[in-house]
Amino acid sequence: MTGIAKYIVRFILLIFVQVFVLDRIHLHQMVTPYVYFLFIIWLPFKMPRMALMLVAFFVGLAMDSFRHHPGFHAAACVLIAYVKPFLANLLSPQQGKDFTYEEPSVKSFGTFTAYFTFITMLSLLHNAWLFLLEAWQFGNIWYFIVKTVLSTAISILLILITELIFTRKQKFKTNTV
Amino acid sequence: MRNIFLFIRRYIHLLTFLLLQGICIYLISRYSKFHNAAILTAANRVTGSVFKEFDRVEYYFRLKKTNDSLVKANEDLLNRLKQNFILPDTSEVTRIDSIKVDSLQKFRSITYLSAKVVSSSIAAQNNFLVINGPNVKKMSIGMGVADINFAVTGIITDISGDYAVVMSLLHKDSRISASLKKSGEAGTLLWDGKQPNIITLKNIPKGTPVSKGDTVISSGLSTTFPRGLLVGRINEIFEETGTSNLNIKVKTAANFYNLEYVYVIDNIQTTPVNQLLEKAKKHL
Repeated sequence: MTGIAKYIVRFILLIFVQVFVLDRIHLHQMVTPYVYFLFIIWLPFKMPRMALMLVAFFVGLAMDSFRHHPGFHAAACVLIAYVKPFLANLLSPQQGKDFTYEEPSVKSFGTFTAYFTFITMLSLLHNAWLFLLEAWQFGNIWYFIVKTVLSTAISILLILITELIFTRKQKFKTNTV
Repeated sequence: MRNIFLFIRRYIHLLTFLLLQGICIYLISRYSKFHNAAILTAANRVTGSVFKEFDRVEYYFRLKKTNDSLVKANEDLLNRLKQNFILPDTSEVTRIDSIKVDSLQKFRSITYLSAKVVSSSIAAQNNFLVINGPNVKKMSIGMGVADINFAVTGIITDISGDYAVVMSLLHKDSRISASLKKSGEAGTLLWDGKQPNIITLKNIPKGTPVSKGDTVISSGLSTTFPRGLLVGRINEIFEETGTSNLNIKVKTAANFYNLEYVYVIDNIQTTPVNQLLEKAKKHL
């Protein structure tokens, strides 16, 4: 699979897993396992930021349409799409201006720690913004904080498991021909 | 002018970000105002059919549970049959019966319409059910929904094609009138967004005799639910500080974790009552 087909399949799989598997697991009221935003994390480095945000917006809306209340997931997805390039610039080793690999992964970040930080920051932002918007009407700060922290832990665990199960082969890009 | 363009060009990403966030927040806050918008209805139809296909598979795994609850509901209905009761001997007294015998259809005010639940959520802060079935065509927005054992479950908020979206009790905008079975005091049910299966009953004055385990029923003060449908049992009672009301936690009778079939309540009186209310509002 190459190009855009890979991303379409990935998008459908992640949304379906989220809606039909993870949303049906009721661990505790404090824990909502989220993994679908891995689609946005795995989008290529080179994608223009404008396109990145628009794609994230539609991923979020797709997720929202399964929850029958538009806006929540779209807002969280747009936020991580906006922050992602900054974080990638900070954390990944760059050679010149180009990234050596196409997509974010342990390999492209060089060390596991850098990639782990990348995932943790984005999961935390996604969950925090989502739960903050959801909790707006309820207004209980401790409930919000505990829920964010626990859900983020589960999200990170799920992302690492996905990373182990589905190994992505990526070519090393060099400027030398 | 040139500076404005330079500004826009420089901060184009930030501006796009803020614009998209603005759209999202607008959608969240104004959702209840335009949830009938064409695009959302179309989206509901798509997600509804996806949920239906998935439910067809998953349904097999819950057949046993569904069967058990149907047997229980049947038992309850059978026990209400007229033939199970001994009629008093009236042969000695002659009395003119003014009530027509086969008049049930004429005096019927409520019809129950069954529907299959194809998707339900409890984990979010705003929970919905999606129901499907041939009866959906007879339903309309605002009708009440009861579960298989006639416990209050939610209210229909949207209909498209064969699918209807139900706002369950576990939704921040859910406001349902309920009363205590023992003393008859009526209050409002709402959800604080924390535990599924625990909802709050408000506006019950302090001094009302309540105790843990008391039954809470629908009040019948609106046309959505008839009087006497089970809502739940009292779990905890708190005294609100600053008001003269109690804050009562109610454990719902409807089990939102496994809803398989529901009954939608079609009340014939809804239209005339609403028309009257509209008229009364105009006069004021």
